[in-house]
Amino acid sequence: MTHPGLIAASWLIARKDLAIEFRTRSAFLSALILSLLAIVIFYFAWDPTAIGAADLAPGVLWVTFTFSGLLAMHRSFGVERQDGAIEALLTAPIPREAIFLGKAFANLLFVLGVQAIALPAVAIFYNLPVGHALAPLAVVMVLAAIGLVSVGTLLGGLTANTRLGELLLPVLALPFFVPVVMPAAQVTAHLLAGRPIAEAFAWIRILLAFDLVFVYLCTLVFPLTLDD
Amino acid sequence: MTPLLEAESLGRTFGARRAVDELTFSLDPGECLALFGPNGAGKTTALRLLAGLIKPTTGTARIGATRLPDLAARSRVGLISHRSLLYDALTARENVHFSARLHGLTDATAATTRALEALRVGDRADVPVRALSRGLQQRVAIARAIVHQPDVILADEPYTGLDESGSAALTGLLQERRAAGAALIVVTHHLQEGLALATHAAILRSGRFARYERAAGLDLLRYAAEYRELVA
Repeated sequence: MTHPGLIAASWLIARKDLAIEFRTRSAFLSALILSLLAIVIFYFAWDPTAIGAADLAPGVLWVTFTFSGLLAMHRSFGVERQDGAIEALLTAPIPREAIFLGKAFANLLFVLGVQAIALPAVAIFYNLPVGHALAPLAVVMVLAAIGLVSVGTLLGGLTANTRLGELLLPVLALPFFVPVVMPAAQVTAHLLAGRPIAEAFAWIRILLAFDLVFVYLCTLVFPLTLDD
Repeated sequence: MTPLLEAESLGRTFGARRAVDELTFSLDPGECLALFGPNGAGKTTALRLLAGLIKPTTGTARIGATRLPDLAARSRVGLISHRSLLYDALTARENVHFSARLHGLTDATAATTRALEALRVGDRADVPVRALSRGLQQRVAIARAIVHQPDVILADEPYTGLDESGSAALTGLLQERRAAGAALIVVTHHLQEGLALATHAAILRSGRFARYERAAGLDLLRYAAEYRELVA
């Protein structure tokens, strides 16, 4: 009997979370419907004579991704609370950081899944040709999702045991999301306007720095949130 | 000889309230402590301390030579809680298998099947937990807790919800683990059930041992009368 290491335990937890989500599909469907509704509402509120589609779309995309991502992060610890399953994780011989990394990885795939459907929806609604910028857009979406998910998973764990967790999570998380959403929206605007990605390297560097710092810090801090 | 489970001045306060107050005891391999006490006496908190789920305010707990909540100590503990600790969207087999993998069992699949068979839920193993009755969920919860054959079993009201067959399976399993050298703590309100398994019996009141003694030779009726008097 060899205890699973950090990566192996994280993968076990991520797989378990994804299996639960695949079985229930409740959070993914909620996030997807929220995203599509937001896109539709933004579309009907949009005055094309006042603002161009390429100028509006980055804002629509990142508002949508941010709020649908919050659903994933809230759900992530909800499944652990239901019958006290988190206690089984805490008594298992695994590093507590693995719980964070496993949940963050599952949340990342969840957010990327929603993005993969919401991006084409925005392209269709706003008649935006995104084909030419698809690869750099995908890179930006992954980088931003890593940042959102690292902070969101930490705060999801922190607020899971509170009575108003569903309300507290966005209130606490949104200020931390600003340094991710701002550069991500800027790079998206550059790309949708057909400008070269080289012009947006400064913003991408900010995203990268945020990811590195926050993935590291959140992994370190997470075990403290489990202390009673 | 180092005891298998040792608590030394183990205590825990919540605000101003002392839930567990300076408990000191030890169990050798094969010993079983039946822990009785009224609601709010600190039994569950004591188990949570011994499982490494919460940190003590005073004292220490050790499994063998390893202090809780170190990984090596946690790997030797099996906790049967009064909650199921299961994922209701997963099947019984997936829940137990997940626990087996977390404990690093090399043949997790075989261990999962063995644990489910021991609790007589093999035929419902592929049913989602949410579709199982309360009693069957309890059996799966026990299978999850013992799949790694822990050296120390902490059981909080383990008989809750079990029918006759489930109770018999659990008693057999706990006796088997004891014979294999495991140490057990069983928290229960049923004196007869607890004393049938125990080598030691203790009554917890306001977080402290009001009585702690060897169970051999205890007269059930007299003990029950003294218990009622103590907790009244």
